[in-house]
Amino acid sequence: MSQTSATSVRTAEDREGYPQTAGAAGAQAGEPSVSVRELDIAFGAHKVITGLDLDIAPGEFLVLLGPSGCGKSTLLNAIAGLLDIADGEIWIDGRNVTWAEPKDRGIGMVFQSYALYPRMSVERNLSFGLRIAGLPKAEIAPRVKRVAELLQLDGLLKRRPAELSGGQRQRVAIGRALVRNVDVFLFDEPLSNLDAKLRNELRVEIKKLHQRLGNTMVYVTHDQIEAMTLADRIAVMRGGVVQQLGPPKAIYRRPVNRFVAGFIGSPSMNFFSGRLEREADRPVVQLDGATVPLERYEFSTRPANKEAISRKREVTFGIRPEHITLGDQPDAAFAAEGKVDLVEAMGADTIVWTSFAGAPLTIRTDGETEIRPGETIRFGFDPANACLFDDKTDLRL
Amino acid sequence: MSTETATPRGPHAESARLAFDRGERDRGERPTSRGTTREGTTARGRKPKTLTIGRIGLYGFVVVAAAFFLLPAVVMVLTSLKSMPEIRDGSIFALPQSLDLSAWAKAWSSACTGLDCEGIRVGFWNSVIITVPSTIASIAAGALLGYALSFWRVKGADILFAVLLLGAFLPYQIFLYPMVRAFSMVGLYNTLSCIVIVHVIFGLPIMTLIFRNFYAGLPVELFNAARVDGGGFFRIFWNVMLPMSTPILIVAAILQITNIWNDFILGLVFAGRDNLPMTVQLNNVVNSTYGEREYNLNMAATILTAAVPLLVYFVSGRWFVRGIAAGAVKG
Repeated sequence: MSQTSATSVRTAEDREGYPQTAGAAGAQAGEPSVSVRELDIAFGAHKVITGLDLDIAPGEFLVLLGPSGCGKSTLLNAIAGLLDIADGEIWIDGRNVTWAEPKDRGIGMVFQSYALYPRMSVERNLSFGLRIAGLPKAEIAPRVKRVAELLQLDGLLKRRPAELSGGQRQRVAIGRALVRNVDVFLFDEPLSNLDAKLRNELRVEIKKLHQRLGNTMVYVTHDQIEAMTLADRIAVMRGGVVQQLGPPKAIYRRPVNRFVAGFIGSPSMNFFSGRLEREADRPVVQLDGATVPLERYEFSTRPANKEAISRKREVTFGIRPEHITLGDQPDAAFAAEGKVDLVEAMGADTIVWTSFAGAPLTIRTDGETEIRPGETIRFGFDPANACLFDDKTDLRL
Repeated sequence: MSTETATPRGPHAESARLAFDRGERDRGERPTSRGTTREGTTARGRKPKTLTIGRIGLYGFVVVAAAFFLLPAVVMVLTSLKSMPEIRDGSIFALPQSLDLSAWAKAWSSACTGLDCEGIRVGFWNSVIITVPSTIASIAAGALLGYALSFWRVKGADILFAVLLLGAFLPYQIFLYPMVRAFSMVGLYNTLSCIVIVHVIFGLPIMTLIFRNFYAGLPVELFNAARVDGGGFFRIFWNVMLPMSTPILIVAAILQITNIWNDFILGLVFAGRDNLPMTVQLNNVVNSTYGEREYNLNMAATILTAAVPLLVYFVSGRWFVRGIAAGAVKG
């Protein structure tokens, strides 16, 4: 993160929860590329998604992020037309495709399990859709060739999927979407079945592909690193509801609620329960055995918030492990002491476990640290980097 | 919502998995590390090290059981090779004095069923003519129905499937008379198409069940991918699903060939005089002799009739066991 310096009090744009066009390549204030309007999806009597609205700008890379069962794949399948929706509309490229067949929606899709046709060669896998569409051979061949070159599949065209490695299979699956020459690509956890190294490689390839092609991409994942690195905007979902929609940095810096705060970031944010109070007319948060001054904390500008923070209330105070510094720092407006319980060396970083205000606290520090368990350490943080959540609503204050 | 890949389930877990041994399911593994390890570790148990009393008892039981089932077959073969005087005088276990194949020849080409004396070869060819189209048609219908029921969420699919299964559990004798009436009303009764249609109808529940279970074991993403690629109902079935169905097609073929070949009552009731299958002809040969019972001829005719299922068994080997397992669902 570039803005970890303590003085980075940001300008008034409080982006919490409000959809906006992203800073993507093709983000004009024009018509959205994909537009989901008041979408309801039900499996029998069980409503999975209710009243969901989502606009995706042309050329935008939107990531749907959330834990298992949050409805992100369901939403993607609805956009693809693979499942019936109960109510609402889906528009793609200015057309109402709510009742259109998947093939008529102008989408390409990549699946988690690759879903390659096992009895067809790579070439036939790539060309299957074009052959169904009845395109002449003379037109199919160059398109397959172009995609194969783009994804370095040239030498593999005659092979069967079973003769490919996992990474190659997923590239074929991506190629099968690309060959369709469509504006919108849908990815359903495409990297989940790959091992860590391949996942990183292919993630970079997908990012490059997006920069090169400039298509709209909707990408479902439960991996926050994929989300942070790939997305122009992230939609964090839980229980079928978009919790927050915004650029990765905004979501990281200003999570709208406790769920988003805990879901984004690894190791996750430290939480402490406390009480919002006023001391000498300045806001402070009273934790178990510590008082953290809040005059540098940037309160949310949501209209309802003004009233909320004027009164005392139970709150949860959150601070990210990477925003805590060890030793005495001049700009750390708050400092404390703790005994080290555990040290996890991760190479580039070290995670130090200690306790603070009656709860465990993790601190991310550099990989060279010599801290040992049992030592007493001093640490501090700038409350400007912290997050404060109302215990009643779970929303950020 | 994470889309889990469906794991093969139901009676066809094994065949479904087999289909995927060469395809999709191994995630990220190199092709070489497949199949062999899996077979080696799971398919076979540990080799017993010492010969305990329990084990001797077990082997003893196996030998007795094998003898129990083999002896009738041995007696049949021996008897079929003897001449009638030999059968009258000797023990049924005595070896034939000479290899006399005349009973076989007679059973095949000149044994009498009532007034006709053309042997059971007529029945053999009738059975072939009944079995081939019935097998193909019932598999095609079952595969298509199973595919439709597992991938296309047709309204009322569950009810349709429940009704079909109910059909599989009801004794089919109760349908005989209504069906006879129905077929004679449309003028098909006692024809070849009549018996073929009957076999397709009665084969449909079990065929649908095994194909539905097989397709339920395939990842739905494959189907979704084909839909995004623009495949329609038949296109996906023909180009994507059917090429992956080889294992289950073999199982289905084994089941249907043996079932239809061994059928007696449906052939007797619906096939008509000119199309009586081999089993019915055999019964006529065995039961309609006047005077001395020609045991050697009866044995030879029986073995000839059983030859086709036996051949299917020996040729298909391991597939046959799966077919039995699939049939076990029927109860």
